[in-house]
Amino acid sequence: MSSAVTNGPLAGWGRYQPRSCAVYRPERRAEVAELLDAGAERPFIARGLGRSYGDTAVNATGSVIDLSRYNCMIQFDPETGVLECEGGVSLAEILDAFVPRGFFLPVTPGTKFVTVAGAIANDVHGKNHHLDGTFSNFVESIDLWTPARGVLTCSPEENSEVFWATVGGVGLTGLILRARLRLRRVESAYVRVDYQRCAHLDVALEAMDTSDNDYRYSVAWVDCLASKGSLGRSVLMRGNHAVTSELPAKLASAPFRLPKRPTLAVPLDFPGFALNSWSITAFNTLFYAANRDAKDKLVDYDKYFYPLDGVLQWNRMYGKRGFIQYQATFPKEEKAGLVKMLEHLASARRASFLVVLKCFGAAGRGLLSYPTPGYTLALDIPNRRGLEAFTRELDQILLDHGGRLYLAKDAVTDPETFAAMYGEDLAKFRELQGTLDPQGVLRSDMSRRLRLTEGKDA
Amino acid sequence: MLNVRSPLPKSVVILGATSGVARYIADQFARLGYAVGLAGRNMEELDRLAVDIRTRYTVSCHTFYFDALAFEGHGAFPVQCEEAFGELPGGVVLCFGFMADQADAQADFAIARRTLDTNLTGAISILEPFAAAFEARKAGFIAALTSVAGDRGRKANYIYGASKGGLTVYLQGLRNRLHASGVQVTTIKPGFMDTPMTYGMKLPGPLVASPEAAAKAMVKAVTGRKNVVYVSCFWRYIMYIIKSIPEWQFKKMNL
Ligand SMILES: Cc1cc2nc3c(=O)[nH]c(=O)nc-3n(C[C@H](O)[C@H](O)[C@H](O)COP(=O)(O)OP(=O)(O)OC[C@H]3O[C@@H](n4cnc5c(N)ncnc54)[C@H](O)[C@@H]3O)c2cc1C
Ligand SMILES: NC(=O)c1ccc[n+]([C@@H]2O[C@H](COP(=O)([O-])OP(=O)(O)OC[C@H]3O[C@@H](n4cnc5c(N)ncnc54)[C@H](OP(=O)(O)O)[C@@H]3O)[C@@H](O)[C@H]2O)c1
Repeated sequence: MSSAVTNGPLAGWGRYQPRSCAVYRPERRAEVAELLDAGAERPFIARGLGRSYGDTAVNATGSVIDLSRYNCMIQFDPETGVLECEGGVSLAEILDAFVPRGFFLPVTPGTKFVTVAGAIANDVHGKNHHLDGTFSNFVESIDLWTPARGVLTCSPEENSEVFWATVGGVGLTGLILRARLRLRRVESAYVRVDYQRCAHLDVALEAMDTSDNDYRYSVAWVDCLASKGSLGRSVLMRGNHAVTSELPAKLASAPFRLPKRPTLAVPLDFPGFALNSWSITAFNTLFYAANRDAKDKLVDYDKYFYPLDGVLQWNRMYGKRGFIQYQATFPKEEKAGLVKMLEHLASARRASFLVVLKCFGAAGRGLLSYPTPGYTLALDIPNRRGLEAFTRELDQILLDHGGRLYLAKDAVTDPETFAAMYGEDLAKFRELQGTLDPQGVLRSDMSRRLRLTEGKDA
Repeated sequence: MLNVRSPLPKSVVILGATSGVARYIADQFARLGYAVGLAGRNMEELDRLAVDIRTRYTVSCHTFYFDALAFEGHGAFPVQCEEAFGELPGGVVLCFGFMADQADAQADFAIARRTLDTNLTGAISILEPFAAAFEARKAGFIAALTSVAGDRGRKANYIYGASKGGLTVYLQGLRNRLHASGVQVTTIKPGFMDTPMTYGMKLPGPLVASPEAAAKAMVKAVTGRKNVVYVSCFWRYIMYIIKSIPEWQFKKMNL
C-alpha cells in the first residue's frame, strides 16, 4: 500500500510565498506506519490543518505528511474529562462532540480549525493564558513517533525532556500520533462577556492589570491606525463561561444548543486594492464607534472565540500575494517597546484591520513554547513591496526591548534574530532534536530558514 | 385487518465503510442517533472507525466483514446484520466502489472486469437480499453512491462510467419495484469529492466537495426520502448540459 502524493504550491495560512511540495495525506493506520517506515520521501514534516501562518508546516525539500485525515477519537472518560484521540482530530470536532455533553476545550486559539497535534506542536495559547497557561498544561500524554527511538509515550512525568521539546517544537521532534487531553467541564455553550471601550492604550493596560483575574478570558482589539492621544484605543472583551442559573429560561432549557448561523466563504482572491488603508481606517473607526460598553452579554462560544471562522477562507481577502501575521510579545516592564511598536504601526499604515492585544501570564516549560509574561500583540500585514524591511524594523524594536516572535506566525525573520530571542532554550532544543533525529529525517522550510536543528541536513 | 406499521428501526448498515466519504456518512447517521453497522474488508480499519463513532456519540456501532466480490456470502448478510442489531436494520447505504485508470482498464480485461464486478454485480448481489428483506417487512431504505460518470459515457472513464450507469439503472428499477412496499430507494450521484479515490488528481478546485459536506448532503437526502440527488447539487445542471449535447457533436469532444 502506498499513499498518493500531490505536488502543488503549499504555504501557511498567510499564503505568503508558496513553495511546491510533495504532500501525502494518509487516512489509515497502516498508511501512516508505512510512510514513517520508509514510504515518505525524506526529510519530511507533519502538517495539520495548515493554520500556522508561515512555513512551519511547509517543506519544499523532501515531503509533507498531512495528518488532518488521521482523526479518529479513541476514548473519553466523562469522570475525568480526558479525551484520547489521534493527532489529526480538530478542535472543531472536539467541540462538536463534547459541548453537548458539557465539556469545552481547556485552551483554544482564535480558530477551531486546528488539529490537536498542531496545537501541541505550537503549544498554542488562548484568551485564558493569564489564568490557565498554554495548551500543553492540559495534555496528559502523547504518543510520539521519533526517527531514532520509535514511538515514545511522553508526558511531564515520562520521557519528560522529549515532551517539553515537542511542546512548541514545531514538528521537529517527531509525529504526534495520539494525545490525551483534559477537557473543561462547562454548564453551557455561552460566555458572559463584558465589553469595555478604552480610549487609549494606558486605559486598556490598566484595566488588564487590575481586573483580568476576574475573567477566565480576556482579550482586546486595538485600532492600530489610531495615534497620538488615541494611541492603542481598543475594545476589551472579557468573559466567563455562563452557568445555567445565568441563562434566560429559553436558553437554560437547552444550554448547549447554538443558534444556527450560515457559513460564508470567500470564493476568490480579492483584488489587491480591496484592502487599502482607506477601507481599513473606515472599518476600524466603525468598529470602535459601533461597540458600546456592555456588561454581562451572553455570547455563544462560536461568536466569542471564533469570529473569523464564520467566513471560510477569509485569508483570500488579502489577494494572491498573501500576507503575514506578526505576533510580538514584550515583557511587562518593557511597555515602552509596546508603545514604540504601536506608534510605528500607526505611522507606517501597513498593518491591517484590528490588532489583538493580550496580557500573558506565567511561561510554561516547553523549550520553544512562545508565551512569556507580558503584553502580546498580533497583527496581519499584507504582502506589499518592502514588507521584509518593515518587519526588520519591528524585529529591532522587539530585540531592543527583550521581546520575542511566535513560530506559529513567523514567515520572514532570520536565524540570528530568532536565536537572540530564544537563547539557551534554542540551544537545548537543537541538542535534543539531534539525539531524536540524528539522520535529519525531520525538516521544514522553517527549520532550514531559522536553523532550528543542528544535525546534518538530509 | 389492521395494518399497524411499527416504526422503522433507527439503524443503518454502511457497505464499504472505509471509503473516504463513507466514514462521514456513518458519522452523520450516528449524530442523528442511528445505530451504525460498518461493513468492509479491512477489519483493523473498521474497528478503528467504530471506536471513533462510539467515542463521539452515544450510539452502538457494529463491524462486519464484507467483500463485494464474495458474492456467495451476500445472501446471508442481512441475517448477519439482524443478529448483531437484534432486528433487521432500518436501511443500508452502499458506498464501496472501484475506479482504475481508464487506460489500464482498456488494456487489461481483468481490471475492467473488476470494475464491473465490484460496482455493478457486487452491488446487485448484496442489494437484492436487502431488498427482499425490506420488502417483506414493508419498510426500509436503500441508498447507493453511483456517479455523475454514469450519466454519460466519455472516453476518459467509460468503463467505470458503464458500471455506475448500470448501477443507476438498477436502482431506478428497484425503486419502481419497492415503491409498493414503502421501501425508499435513493440514488446518490456524487460529482468530485476530495477522498483517497481522487487524491493527487488534477481536479477543478471549486467543483470538488469535501467528504464532510458531501456526506451531510447525502444523509439529508436519504432521511428526506429523496429519489435521485446530485452531490454537490450544482452537478444536476452541469450534467443536464452535458446530457443535452447531441451525440454527433459529443463524440468529437474532449471532456
Ligand atoms: C484565525 C487564526 C487565529 C489564531 N489564533 C491563535 C491564538 O489565539 N493563539 C495561538 O497560539 N495560535 C493561534 N493561531 C495559530 C494556530 O493556532 C497554530 O498555528 C496551530 O498550531 C495550527 O494548527 P494546525 O493543525 O493548523 O497545524 P499546522 O499549521 O498545519 O502545523 C503547525 C505545526 O504543527 C506541526 N504538526 C502538525 N501536525 C503534527 C503532528 N501530527 N505531529 C507533530 N507535529 C505536527 C507542524 O509540523 C507545524 O510545525 C491562529 C491561527 C489562525 C489562522
Ligand atoms: N471521490 C469521488 O470523486 C467520487 C465521485 C463519484 C462517485 N464516487 C463513488 O463514491 C463512492 C465512495 O467513494 P470514495 O471517494 O469515498 O472512495 P474511496 O475512498 O476510494 O473508497 C472506496 C471504498 O470501496 C471499498 N471497496 C472496494 N472494493 C471493495 C470490495 N470488493 N468489497 C468491499 N469494499 C470494497 C474500499 O474498501 P477497502 O478499504 O477494503 O479498500 C474503499 O473503502 C464510490 O462508490 C465511488 O465510486 C466517488
